[in-house]
Amino acid sequence: MKALRGFWTWLRAVSGDDAYERYLAHHMAAHADRAPLARREFFRRRQEAAWSGVKRCC
Amino acid sequence: MAALGKLVFWFGVAILGALAVGGIATARGEPINAWWLIAAAVCVYAIGYRVYGVWVATRVLLVDDRPTPAVRIDDGRDFVPTNRWVVFGHHFAAIAGPGPLVGPTLAAQFGYLPGTLWILIGAVLGGCIQDMVILFCSTRRDGRSLGKMARDELGPVGGGAAMIGTLMILVILISVLGLVIVNAMKHSPWATATVAATIPIAVLVGVYMRNIRPGRVLEGSAIGIVLLLLAVWGGGWVDHHPVLRTWFDHGPLPIAYAIMVYGFAAAVLPVWLLLAPRDYLSTFMKLGTVALLAVAILWLNPVLHMPALTQFVDGSGPIFAGKVFPFVFITIACGAISGFHALVSSGTTPKLLTDERDIHMIGYGSMMLESFVALMALIAACVLEPGVFFAINTAPGMVGEGVQAVATISSWGFPVALEQMQELAREMGEATLFGRTGGAPSLAVGMASIFSSAFGQGLLAVWYHFAIMFEAIFILTTLDAGTRVGRFMLQDFLGNFVPALGRTSWYPSVLLCSALIVGAWGYFLYIGVIDPAGGVNILWPLFGIANQILAAIALCVGTAILVKTGRERYFWVTGLPLVWLTVVTSTAAWQKVMSDDPRLGFFAGANDLAAKLASGVLPPEKAAVASQLIFNQRLDGWLTVLFVALLWLILADTARVCLRHVRQASAAVPAGRRA
Repeated sequence: MKALRGFWTWLRAVSGDDAYERYLAHHMAAHADRAPLARREFFRRRQEAAWSGVKRCC
Repeated sequence: MAALGKLVFWFGVAILGALAVGGIATARGEPINAWWLIAAAVCVYAIGYRVYGVWVATRVLLVDDRPTPAVRIDDGRDFVPTNRWVVFGHHFAAIAGPGPLVGPTLAAQFGYLPGTLWILIGAVLGGCIQDMVILFCSTRRDGRSLGKMARDELGPVGGGAAMIGTLMILVILISVLGLVIVNAMKHSPWATATVAATIPIAVLVGVYMRNIRPGRVLEGSAIGIVLLLLAVWGGGWVDHHPVLRTWFDHGPLPIAYAIMVYGFAAAVLPVWLLLAPRDYLSTFMKLGTVALLAVAILWLNPVLHMPALTQFVDGSGPIFAGKVFPFVFITIACGAISGFHALVSSGTTPKLLTDERDIHMIGYGSMMLESFVALMALIAACVLEPGVFFAINTAPGMVGEGVQAVATISSWGFPVALEQMQELAREMGEATLFGRTGGAPSLAVGMASIFSSAFGQGLLAVWYHFAIMFEAIFILTTLDAGTRVGRFMLQDFLGNFVPALGRTSWYPSVLLCSALIVGAWGYFLYIGVIDPAGGVNILWPLFGIANQILAAIALCVGTAILVKTGRERYFWVTGLPLVWLTVVTSTAAWQKVMSDDPRLGFFAGANDLAAKLASGVLPPEKAAVASQLIFNQRLDGWLTVLFVALLWLILADTARVCLRHVRQASAAVPAGRRA
């Protein structure tokens, strides 16, 4: 059960499924004075940023 | 006591590894099974990882507990401290492409032994070291890219050469991958319909993740995977439909044009619509299928029918020309050592590392896993009857078609019957499997027979097209991501002359640069398709040479950094693989340029064809394309010269930088202490 939960956490992290939650946590810690991005806007920017470099190989 | 136990364990691993490698190397005549190869691999990897890898990381690179860029900068966007297993997953998914599946399949023409040895030794001493050293260097330099590091450490010449080399490799890589899937899809309504369906599926997933349930990556991917599996089944339905099947039954040229249009569209459309969702799907598909293949091979322990060595080590091989040295080292690039990995190791990964001491596990470990994937592809190719393997992988221009092909291949000592090939094609749900060059179809046949034996007989055709879909989806991902990266690099380069062209979001520049990149790889793809000898025999060695030269460039950067940071005693850690790659690529390039054999030498091939054209002995359909083929072979010859010139330029630059540093360092030591 513990292994399964670990795998699920890993899968969410590695696929970026939990990216918004992690962003919120980071935002609260670092810039609590400003309002965070909405989920949709955050995801849009994240995708743009992820695809501006070499991401895939032969 | 614990230390003794450890010693005994590692001694056992070493003995087992030596026995397995020795068994593989000396087995002649009687066939061996896959466990031999896997046992050898696991032992070699274990020792490489625990002994050599750890030694290089702790004694040469001196990884320590200093804060990584992700920890120091932590901007929540690019630099994010991430769990080591998550970084491992990211890094492995990024380096694992179709290369380690195609290369070993083609190299199986030499038998299983040369490929296996090179995959194991090349990875442990070369590829893993390259990936780890570059990851380390980039991490110490705030995640700087390989091109930037080349410019910083070697100067503008090295930096420029690295950039040109990268761009050219991209072009060759994309064209050869395009050719591989054209050969899988030509006149195969099932494969074409399934692969075509992946595009609307990706778009649907893209819309889901952006608008319907923003950022729910796993949900979107799960829906996509289910749809992809349905598409495999649906392709079979299309194939049996009398009208629909004609919509998807095309010759190679229209499919090649469709792929070019697709590549252009993917490069200019917003990423969320096509590129990003396709990438999610292909990553899950890739990891899932590779894991499934590993389980199936371990469980079934199939017998390898390919001999350890074939007579083609002498250079007369039908799939590609050239002797086992140097061409096995060119043909298997990814899986042993791949220069492309250096771009990933100096890209996103160093910006996610939380602890420098994980560099060993992520850099060395990921490449080891990639090497294992290459070994599985080799096993899947060698499980086929050699006669069948050659019938699928040899172009009609080489051995003729049907009865003629079967007779020629059987005369090599690899018996195959026409009925056998027809029965196999029928089982796989294809009209024919002859001349499907490029490695993907034969790998799919190998995978289908392994999967159906392990997980249910009778579904061969479904497994075959599942394997084709699996290969096609991530070949297309490499193709569209590569076109986009190439577009960015070209925009960056042209921006030096016309600043407006350097703006990555200015639409005229986007369209122009995308068209130029697609035009470049589209040209090579077109030539590959019209070439009666199959095209792969020309393009794959060219790609291998280019990829190994990029690896050599990365190793030059690594060596220069080792020397300049006071580790000159250990320069051989990157220096030895560098020397080996230089010998291999220079020899291969020399033969491709200078050989008198029209099959091997580019210029000899062009001259031979020109002479035949002039004397009118060519059949009309070959004469029609001969002038294009002649031009292309000469172009490939000059490209090879250019690649090697780049390599030697960078080598000279590296030697200059290293020698200057050593001289300065020894001059700085007081005379009394030098003695």
